[in-house]
Amino acid sequence: MIAELGHFALVLALVVAFLQGTLPLWGAARRQAPLVELAPAAALLQFTLVTLAFLALLNAHLASDFSLAIVYQNSHSTKPLLYKFSGVWGNHEGSLVLWVWILALFGAAVALFGRNLPRPFKARVLAVQGLIGLGFLAFSLFTSNPFARLDPAPLDGLGLNPILQDPGLAFHPPMLYLGYVGFSTAYSFAMAALIEGRVDASWARWVRPWTLAAWMALTLGIALGSWWAYYTLGWGGFWFWDPVENASFMPWLAGTALLHSAIVVEKRDTLKSWTILLAILTFSLALLGTFLVRSGVLTSVHAFATDPSRGVFVLALLGIAVGGSLALYAWRAPALQGGGAFAPISREGALLLNNLLLATATATVLLGTLYPLLLDGLGGPKISVGPPFFNATFLPLMVPLLVALPAGSMIAWKRGDLSGVLSRLGLAAAGTVAVLLAAALLADTRSTLGLMGFAAGAWVLLGSLNELAVRAGFFQVPPARAWRRLKGLPRSAFSMSLAHMGLGVLILGITATATGQTERILAMRPGETVTLAGYEVTLASVEQVQGPNYVARSGTFAVQRDGAPVTTVRSEKRFFPVESMPVTKPGIHSTLLRDLYFVLGDPNSEGAWAVRLYHNPLVFWMWGGAGLMGLAGLVSLTDRRLRVGAPVPARGSRAAAA
Amino acid sequence: MSAPAADRAGRRRLLFALPLLAFVGVGAFLALGLGRDPSQLPSALVGREAPAFALPPLEGRDDHGLSRADLGGGRPMLVNFWASWCVPCRVEHPILDRLARDGVTIQGVNHKDMPDKARAFLDELGDPYELVGSDRQGRVSIDWGVYGVPETYLLDGQGRILYRHVGPLQERDLKKLLPMLEEAR
Amino acid sequence: MGLRKRQRMIVVVLALALVGAAAALVLTAMQDKIAFFVSPADIASGTVERGRDFRLGGLVVEGSIERASDGSVAFTLTDGAGDVRVLYAGILPDLFREGQGIVAQGRLEEDGRFLAREVLAKHDETYMPPEVADALKRSGHWQEGAEKLR
Repeated sequence: MIAELGHFALVLALVVAFLQGTLPLWGAARRQAPLVELAPAAALLQFTLVTLAFLALLNAHLASDFSLAIVYQNSHSTKPLLYKFSGVWGNHEGSLVLWVWILALFGAAVALFGRNLPRPFKARVLAVQGLIGLGFLAFSLFTSNPFARLDPAPLDGLGLNPILQDPGLAFHPPMLYLGYVGFSTAYSFAMAALIEGRVDASWARWVRPWTLAAWMALTLGIALGSWWAYYTLGWGGFWFWDPVENASFMPWLAGTALLHSAIVVEKRDTLKSWTILLAILTFSLALLGTFLVRSGVLTSVHAFATDPSRGVFVLALLGIAVGGSLALYAWRAPALQGGGAFAPISREGALLLNNLLLATATATVLLGTLYPLLLDGLGGPKISVGPPFFNATFLPLMVPLLVALPAGSMIAWKRGDLSGVLSRLGLAAAGTVAVLLAAALLADTRSTLGLMGFAAGAWVLLGSLNELAVRAGFFQVPPARAWRRLKGLPRSAFSMSLAHMGLGVLILGITATATGQTERILAMRPGETVTLAGYEVTLASVEQVQGPNYVARSGTFAVQRDGAPVTTVRSEKRFFPVESMPVTKPGIHSTLLRDLYFVLGDPNSEGAWAVRLYHNPLVFWMWGGAGLMGLAGLVSLTDRRLRVGAPVPARGSRAAAA
Repeated sequence: MSAPAADRAGRRRLLFALPLLAFVGVGAFLALGLGRDPSQLPSALVGREAPAFALPPLEGRDDHGLSRADLGGGRPMLVNFWASWCVPCRVEHPILDRLARDGVTIQGVNHKDMPDKARAFLDELGDPYELVGSDRQGRVSIDWGVYGVPETYLLDGQGRILYRHVGPLQERDLKKLLPMLEEAR
Repeated sequence: MGLRKRQRMIVVVLALALVGAAAALVLTAMQDKIAFFVSPADIASGTVERGRDFRLGGLVVEGSIERASDGSVAFTLTDGAGDVRVLYAGILPDLFREGQGIVAQGRLEEDGRFLAREVLAKHDETYMPPEVADALKRSGHWQEGAEKLR
């Protein structure tokens, strides 16, 4: 019964989305105040309805109601509670409901927190959100109904893929979706601006917090996915340039460019039509990501064609959303007023360079991701575009970006003085040279790529610190006063430095892990000891253990350094009987400086166990760097000047006049 | 508006239409590529009598094997080609078990498999088959035109093939299969 | 030339230079960074270049898995039309089983054996790497629809 209520709520949400997507648009065009006022109410109602549907689905999973097809197919009564919870979105139908729910959440947030937006503008934003919701609710209800019943109801479910029974993966999709779907607000703001034919500084101020929130969630979502891959896949890799990963990385790159170009619109009232285009492209890439993952086109282009209902539906949605917005862009953007001029050597110039590089990098990733699919779809040879391709195309494009970053973030608006900026970056340059020398002398990395990575990471990290120090005046005034000045800096200044520091830390972590890994693959008997990067590792024992819904073979490794015990680490190979599937759990011991990463494999005929032992330096820095970037987004969101409800005189007065 | 100004405005319009043109171009290319995919399987056997064959039983299973004579006989049934090493077979097996419990007759052809492994598979996941023929060389599969396992055929009471399903049976396939089975009765 | 015009010129030139550089990078990478997919039959026919990375896909032959005392593994891959012995030093993925379709990435040795750097059997239990399905289909062992599930 509850499931039927949920189904009903979802159908009602579809109707509300239709009204939300049409009436306010008409009302705003015809100046019909009641229809304009309808938009926020409709957005809140839609949120309530989708929330009800989501709760109904959650209830079915928690109560193990196997008469529901998706519960039967993805759950089991013995499954731990956390995974009954995350099982709601651990499948196609449920994840769509989550997608729509987050979309409605953002719509409701705009309705609630966008009090200072001019009424007609807000109505148009919410109407565009309503149209997106309409498309995805229709997709959910007509091709992937989450509330489909089974009659008769089976006694127990088929279970959730054990690889998905993991805390990291339980929260990866919601974070990722918050990011993907969050960019819909930037898209809706861009569409509303195109309809009104006007983009100005206040537009950029409104759109920035939403973009920032989405970007932050996407950053953390990608990091969470990468972390999950690192500790489950069993060989210490963290990024594979896999199409699914690229699908989330492309909107991130475009969204990063959007964040930077929106600053130019806000501060200098220029780059407007480019920023609008970026907002459209960012969400389009998020939709493309949804399409790639949800249509099955990645498993096989042909699988997509054999079961076309879903794939064609998402493809149509993608075509309408992207094609429609680009058509509107082609029609309305030429009317947007161009902004003021600036010299190439200036903050605007630096941000433009950032945008060009990020856009080009996004394009190469897009090409590398779609090319094999296109070739396959057209009957060409099967190829695999993997890490070598992306390392050879994406990384070189990042080099100028990282080299220019510290100087670009310090240079003055309008007309900058590059030599002055460079002279103030002397400390960071000296520090970078020191790190480079240390890396060349101490670390095992002799590869040029590794050294370049260390230099780039150090340059970005130290350059950001240097920038903060210069801003606070540490080189001009007494330290105590500079310290006070530092504390008085606006949060947005801190957040920029923090985000760039996070990027530097991330690059150092990635470089160290990718080039400094020590690996030993061997067969060990219980009691045997080997050395790994200065540690003595003993396979202490291998025994059978019983988990809540699995049985496992558990290997215990004792680690010593110079005779002193460091830790013990357990790696398990679990077998899930319900799904009849094995899953390997590596054993990991992490510190700030290194991870010890052990994997127990299969026994050989002589009673020894295949094991893989890794020493991965600075792994934590990767997660720490991503965390810093996310934190930077949060700090920026709490900046009073950027708060969504901050007074916006220019726009407000215009709305009042209208 | 003077001519060069109009010209410039036209160029400007074209510039802003570029993203749309690029998108439409790529979209058309993709649609052409995907549109001509010949994915639906033609089955030469649909509508015809099942081919003649006789297979020995699966060692250790209590039946006489499977032959053409066991098909038909007034009962509509499913013939399922499977193997223990086939992962998708594992996936569809619970559905076959449920169908068997609901009274659907299912005959199995064990394709290129070791008898002990096949038995272990049935012990572990349940045995939905009335009869199982062991096709260790895969000859019968070739006669039926089986591309790979699992594959399932729906036969009417005269042993005529009504429908062929390629790949693991899933919940949503039953919506199509069950009414056909009902109709064949 | 006006300031605005010069600014636009610089942007256009920079953008073109960047796009040109990126295109050059992509084209060179397309030359030698893309791994083609081959089947055991292709190797048997001797048309596969040695010393270049590629992906090899097929079914693991029953009873062909040998584990050496140093932790390395050897097994035979087949597509029904040819067999290749594969050597791999490392832990096999969880879903590596006899009869399972897998993809190995690596190079062909002079003695005709395949030295794998990576062995993939995707995390989804129902996943059949698309290249494998394709190769098996070509040799009549498998059909497209058999591998799609989600």
